[in-house]
Amino acid sequence: MIEIRFHGRGGQGTVVASKIMADTISKEGNYVQACPEFGVERRGAPVFAFIRIDNKPIYDKSRIYNPDHVVVADPTLIEAIDVTEGLKEGGYIIVNSEKKPEELKFPEKFKVATINATEIAIKHNLGTLASPIVNTAMVGAVVKILKLAKIESVLEAVREGVPVKPKDNAAAAKEAYEKS
Amino acid sequence: MSTLKTLNGNQSIAEAVRQIDPDVVAAYPITPSTAIVETIAKFKADGLITSEFVCPESEHSAMSVCIGASSAGGRVMTATGSQGLALMWEMLYIAAGLRLPIVAAIANRALSAPINIHGDHSDTMGARDSGWIQIYSENCQEAYDNFIQAFRIGEDLKVRTPVFVGLDGFIISHSLEVIQVEDDAKVKKFVGEYKPVYPLLDTSRKMTVGPIDFTDYYFEHKRNQIEGIENAPPVIEAVGKEFGQKFGREYGFFEEYRMDDAELCIVVMSSAAGTCKDAIDELRSDGKRIGLLKPRVFRPFPHEKIAEALKKMKAVAVFDRSSSPGAFGAPLFTEVRSALYDHKERPHIVNYVYGLGGRDIKVEHFKEVALKLEKIAETGKVEEIYGYINLRE
Repeated sequence: MIEIRFHGRGGQGTVVASKIMADTISKEGNYVQACPEFGVERRGAPVFAFIRIDNKPIYDKSRIYNPDHVVVADPTLIEAIDVTEGLKEGGYIIVNSEKKPEELKFPEKFKVATINATEIAIKHNLGTLASPIVNTAMVGAVVKILKLAKIESVLEAVREGVPVKPKDNAAAAKEAYEKS
Repeated sequence: MSTLKTLNGNQSIAEAVRQIDPDVVAAYPITPSTAIVETIAKFKADGLITSEFVCPESEHSAMSVCIGASSAGGRVMTATGSQGLALMWEMLYIAAGLRLPIVAAIANRALSAPINIHGDHSDTMGARDSGWIQIYSENCQEAYDNFIQAFRIGEDLKVRTPVFVGLDGFIISHSLEVIQVEDDAKVKKFVGEYKPVYPLLDTSRKMTVGPIDFTDYYFEHKRNQIEGIENAPPVIEAVGKEFGQKFGREYGFFEEYRMDDAELCIVVMSSAAGTCKDAIDELRSDGKRIGLLKPRVFRPFPHEKIAEALKKMKAVAVFDRSSSPGAFGAPLFTEVRSALYDHKERPHIVNYVYGLGGRDIKVEHFKEVALKLEKIAETGKVEEIYGYINLRE
C-alpha cells in the first residue's frame, strides 16, 4: 500500500486532483481510495487530501498519519505548516517550486523533487496569473516521480475529469510528466 | 454491462437515483449529503431523469412533500443528515405510520451542539424508534447497492415501510472509491415497476389519508405498522440474495469477517468496520482467534441471528458511533446484549463509544480493544462494561 498526503490551498483544485489521481490509478487496474475533503474549506486556507493505492481492496478508512510521500501544490505552505509531519523516512516531498530540490533544505532523510507547476499552468492558460490552477500539472509530476502509472492513463483521466479546458489540462499534465 | 466508476458516496447514491428514476425527489441540501441533491438536480437539468424534483424551504417540508407524493402513488426519495433529519422528525413518524415506502439516503453526521459537520450515527440512532427500516453501508459500493435494494424492501406489500440507507458523513460521503456501477436496464429491472396501494390519485376509489384515530383504533393501527417492519427480515434476505445472483454481491443482515473458530469478536457498523478488518487481519496473523461482525440492518434488528453468531464467543466488544446519555450503554450495545440474554451460553460483552463528531478510529484502537477482550476471556472478569475510544479524559 502506498499512502500519499496532498497539501494545497482551498480553490487550487485539490479535490479535482484527487479525483484525477484516483481515476489514473484505477485505469491501471489498481485499487484506490481518495479522501479529498475533511471539513469546511475556505479559499486560500491550507487543505489536504489523502490517497491510498494498493493492488488489493483497501479497507482502512482512517486518516493517514504516516504517509509514504507528500505532495505540496503551493510552495508558500512550506512556511505555513509542517508538510513533513509523520512522513516516513525515505519518502518523497514533491513540491510545486521554481527552486532546485536542495534549495528547499528539507532534512536529508527525505527525498525531494520539485516541478514548476505554476509556470506550466500559466503557460497552458489554466487559472489566472494571480491564481493559476496547478492541479493537473502536479498530478502529472507525482505519477511520474512515484512511478504510479503510464502517461496515457494520466491523460485519459485528466480529459475525463477536469471541469474545463480538457486539452490544456492534458497538455499541462503531459509537460509536467515529461519534465519530472 | 456494468462499469467501474470513481465515485464518492454521495455520487454513488445519485448514480443509483439516476438509474431508478423515481417519480419524485424532494430534498433540502445539508452537509455532508449536499452533493446527492446537487447531482440529482444536475441529472434533472441534463434530462437524464424524469423525476419531479422539488427543492422546498426546509427538511420538514421536504419530508412533507415526500409524504404527499408517496400518498399520491409515487415512488419517492430524499436525502439528508444530521440537523436535516432532526428537522424531519415529526414527519418521519407520519411517513412510517401511513406505511409509505419512501427511501431516504442519510449521510450520517453528528448533531448540534456543539456544531459539527462530521460523521457519526447520532442522527439515525435518534430516529431509531420512528418506524423506519435502517440499513448502514461500509463503503461507496455498499451505499449504492443498499440504496437499490431499499426500494424493493420498503415497497414489498407485506412490509410497506420507509427505509433509511446510511453512509458515514465525509468518511464515505466524500471519499472516492472505484465502484461497480451496474447496467441501467438491469438496475431498473431489479427494482421493478412501483405499484402503489390505495393511491390518492386513483379518483375511482376516493379515500382519506391520515384521519384521526383516538382510543378506539390507534393502538390496532400501530400494531399493524409494527407488523410491517417485523415482516421485513425474510424480504431483506430474499432481496439480498437476488441482488447477489444478479450482480454478484450478496447481502444479509450482517457480515461475518474471519469468524470461523473465533473466540473473541468486535461488533461495529459502517465505515469503521473496514478499518476493523485490517485490525482483524493483523491480529489473526499474530495467532489471535478474533473476528468481526458488521451489522448491516439495524432496524428491524436481527436479534436471533446475531445471538446465534455471538453466543459461543468468550468475549465481545460492541462499538457504537453514537451515545445514549444516561442509558445502560449505547444503542447497538443494548440491542446486542439484550439479544443474548435468553441464551444459557453467552459471552462477556462490553461497549465502546467511538468516533463522535467524526473523531478518527484507527487499526491500533481495535487492536487495543482486542487485548482487553483477550484479558476478559482469560480472567472471566469485566472491569468496565462501557468506555470510550480515542477520547481525552
